[in-house]
Amino acid sequence: MTAPTHTEGRPAAAAPSQTAPAIELRGISKAFGAVQANKDISIRVERGTIHGIIGENGAGKSTLMSILYGFYKADSGEILIGGQRTDIPDSQAAIRAGIGMVFQHFKLVENFTVLENVVLGAEDGAFLRPSLVKARRLLVDLAREYELNVDPDAKIENLGVGMQQRVEILKALYRQADILILDEPTGVLTPSEADHLFRILRGLRDEGKTIILITHKLREIMDVTDNVSVMRRGEMTATVRTADTSPSELAELMVGRKVLLRVDKTPARPGPVVLKVENLKVTDDKGVERLRGIDLEVRAGEILGVAGVAGNGQSELLEVLGGISDATGTVTLNGTPLDLSGPRADGRSRRHAGIAHVPEDRHRLGLILDFTAWENTGFGYHDLPDYCRGALMDQTALRNDTRGKMERFDVRPADCWLHAKSFSGGNQQKIVLAREIERNPDLLLVGQPTRGVDIGAIEFIHQRLIELRDAGKAILLVSVELDEIFALSDRIAVMFDGRIMGERLPGQTDETELGMMMAGMDGKAR
Amino acid sequence: MDTMPRWADIALIPLINLTLALLVSALVIALIGENPAQAMGVMIRGAVGSAYGWGYTLYYATNFIFTGLAVAVAFHARLFNIGGEGQAALGGLGVAIVCLSVPWPHWTLALPAAVLGGALFGAAWAAIPAWLQATRGSHIVITTIMFNFIASALLVYLLVNVLKVPGSMAPETARFPEGARLPSAYDWGAWMGFGRSAPLNVAFFVALACCVAVWVLIWKTRLGYEIRAFGQSEAAAKYAGIRPVRTIMITMLISGGLAGLMAVNAVQGEAERLVIDSVQGAGFVGIAVALMGRSHPLGVLLAALLFGALYQGGAELEFEMPAISREMIVVIQALVILFTGALDNMVRGPVEGLFRRRRKGAT
Repeated sequence: MTAPTHTEGRPAAAAPSQTAPAIELRGISKAFGAVQANKDISIRVERGTIHGIIGENGAGKSTLMSILYGFYKADSGEILIGGQRTDIPDSQAAIRAGIGMVFQHFKLVENFTVLENVVLGAEDGAFLRPSLVKARRLLVDLAREYELNVDPDAKIENLGVGMQQRVEILKALYRQADILILDEPTGVLTPSEADHLFRILRGLRDEGKTIILITHKLREIMDVTDNVSVMRRGEMTATVRTADTSPSELAELMVGRKVLLRVDKTPARPGPVVLKVENLKVTDDKGVERLRGIDLEVRAGEILGVAGVAGNGQSELLEVLGGISDATGTVTLNGTPLDLSGPRADGRSRRHAGIAHVPEDRHRLGLILDFTAWENTGFGYHDLPDYCRGALMDQTALRNDTRGKMERFDVRPADCWLHAKSFSGGNQQKIVLAREIERNPDLLLVGQPTRGVDIGAIEFIHQRLIELRDAGKAILLVSVELDEIFALSDRIAVMFDGRIMGERLPGQTDETELGMMMAGMDGKAR
Repeated sequence: MDTMPRWADIALIPLINLTLALLVSALVIALIGENPAQAMGVMIRGAVGSAYGWGYTLYYATNFIFTGLAVAVAFHARLFNIGGEGQAALGGLGVAIVCLSVPWPHWTLALPAAVLGGALFGAAWAAIPAWLQATRGSHIVITTIMFNFIASALLVYLLVNVLKVPGSMAPETARFPEGARLPSAYDWGAWMGFGRSAPLNVAFFVALACCVAVWVLIWKTRLGYEIRAFGQSEAAAKYAGIRPVRTIMITMLISGGLAGLMAVNAVQGEAERLVIDSVQGAGFVGIAVALMGRSHPLGVLLAALLFGALYQGGAELEFEMPAISREMIVVIQALVILFTGALDNMVRGPVEGLFRRRRKGAT
């Protein structure tokens, strides 16, 4: 087939057309070893619509899209593009078929300009200049048509994530993509950036492009899609018109049962100050100041939620408090100052002091993926007397404890010999949480507790955190999900560019105000 | 490695690698106009066909167990210690000092002291590159290689200027006194047919004990847990409060100490004096042994036996088939190292694919 260019005649907008669907998948199955990632999946994506695909983590969304983009080969089933059977053995074939993909993690060359990135891999001939001229013209056109304004000569490293995402979209459009797949596109965006993205997507849809949006956020599905397909455990459970459904119905379809989207909790009864942070500063090894004087307190029996767009110093805050990196300033725990540099500023000393830490990135920090579940249960606590017999580890004790934790936290499968990497995201997180919460710490640091975690587990994790709070412990929660911040926090602090922009009570603020503060504007001016 | 059964990872792949190496060796032998089958027969008979052959094969294997374990321990912390050569050379110095400075009444006293001396000197030689890696980020591969050259130069200097017996022409120490000499295989294994000349000695049992000790260390102790965690992910190890500097230092000290122990076999057990180049490349063979043995003590033991047999069989081959020169033996040994170590992934990929397809067929 010939891929139409963006300037081609404009088909009638929005409504599903009677012509062949843009994409039709018939009976797609894919297994990895014993795991059936996709089971007999059939779906029709109508031309000129925004089609949402929603599902828990591990439901098989990404596998399905990887098949469509030529990363995996389906074990059985067929793909029809524009009504024609198409083989997609690799991503080059997908691009030729008019499919463009915007990944969760951008694939851009940091020190190239926008223009160079757009052209990269799709140059005409041996000389760059003609392609660059062509691309520049195209970029100007697209900027006008879809609000896709990006400075063509800016270097990627100088652009924010929202802009980088636009470059990814431009890349796909430059390759004459007719079908655009976006994988969790809003994870890194502020609410206003996300709104802008949705305006772009609607504009593209109105021009006749087909857009597939993969997400786990119900609100986005409701806001922007025309149709939505729900996946559960490798199967496509339903495809419905978005206008005919509701968030709670979708949530139910995703998990197969009714879920609480709100957490039941009583008002906090804050006790004495547990954690007090004053003028905390961190400079990274490039000399950039990542924390520019943080002041905050967390009291016993309350959850302080730290909101903010990822990369504004929240990670550094958690790492300093968890003893992973050094800082200057004052931090006291129950009135005792903590070392912020030197040999006693490490994770071990922090644990002894009564701080437990559920890190933001469980794959990088919280778990050793090639270790078994029981080895991971001892991680960080491996020098405690209950797990040791002299210099040897008491493996039997550790395994018994792991079995108990797996039962209490409903980790599935409850096999302590399984490697951490074999568990789904939610179960991995439960292993980390069980380890940290059951130490009964005075202060729990939690980063992104439900990132990449399915809805059923989110509910469970939220309840556990509330229980710990009600047991009179202090919790410092960092999350980029405003829903989560609102659901859990007793107070909300917003971080921007290494500073605390301000504190709000959840009942006395809203997403708009927090969004402005997260973007660096003073929320008070309203 | 969930794609393959464990036995395939541990046994099948090394076996295929070895077969390939021997096939290519056969081809090379055929190219110079000799009969590969005959050559192979000589090698096998020479290595394991007699008590005489075993006496040498196990002696070489003892060296390779020590240096192989040294590399394996460091591997678990994802440190590539290729300074086994230098650490073993310094271990030789330690052993010689221990053996010559004290009038040992009996070898049972001299052996533990020599073990300590060899390990200490080997560890000390590893300590400097380890410290540079841990605190300055100087890459341990580079620094340990450099330290091999420094060790070699240092030993030449010491042997020529300090340790040489006055009036002697040979750059070597005096022979160790009677009480410091280790019983050879003839002394305790004559009934198995070991002759007077067999270099195999009690250090072999020290090596076996080290295999067990390393297994306990890596898989059973808290320290081993920390070493493995650190090797898997330095960032996660920091999160867990495992101190990087401490872990790097301890791992490398153990690694260097194990390499230094090789001198107990080669210097105290066999030569009974310190000579120039007492290590003879065993430090580098240890890398291949650790790779082939998948850094597991049992694997290291088996791989060391194989390389021991190759060394002894090669020596026999050189002797019995003069057309096959010393260089040719080195070629064969190098081919085995190449196929089992460096080209491992060449075989691994297709074999994994085979298992994946078979599993798919089964489901």
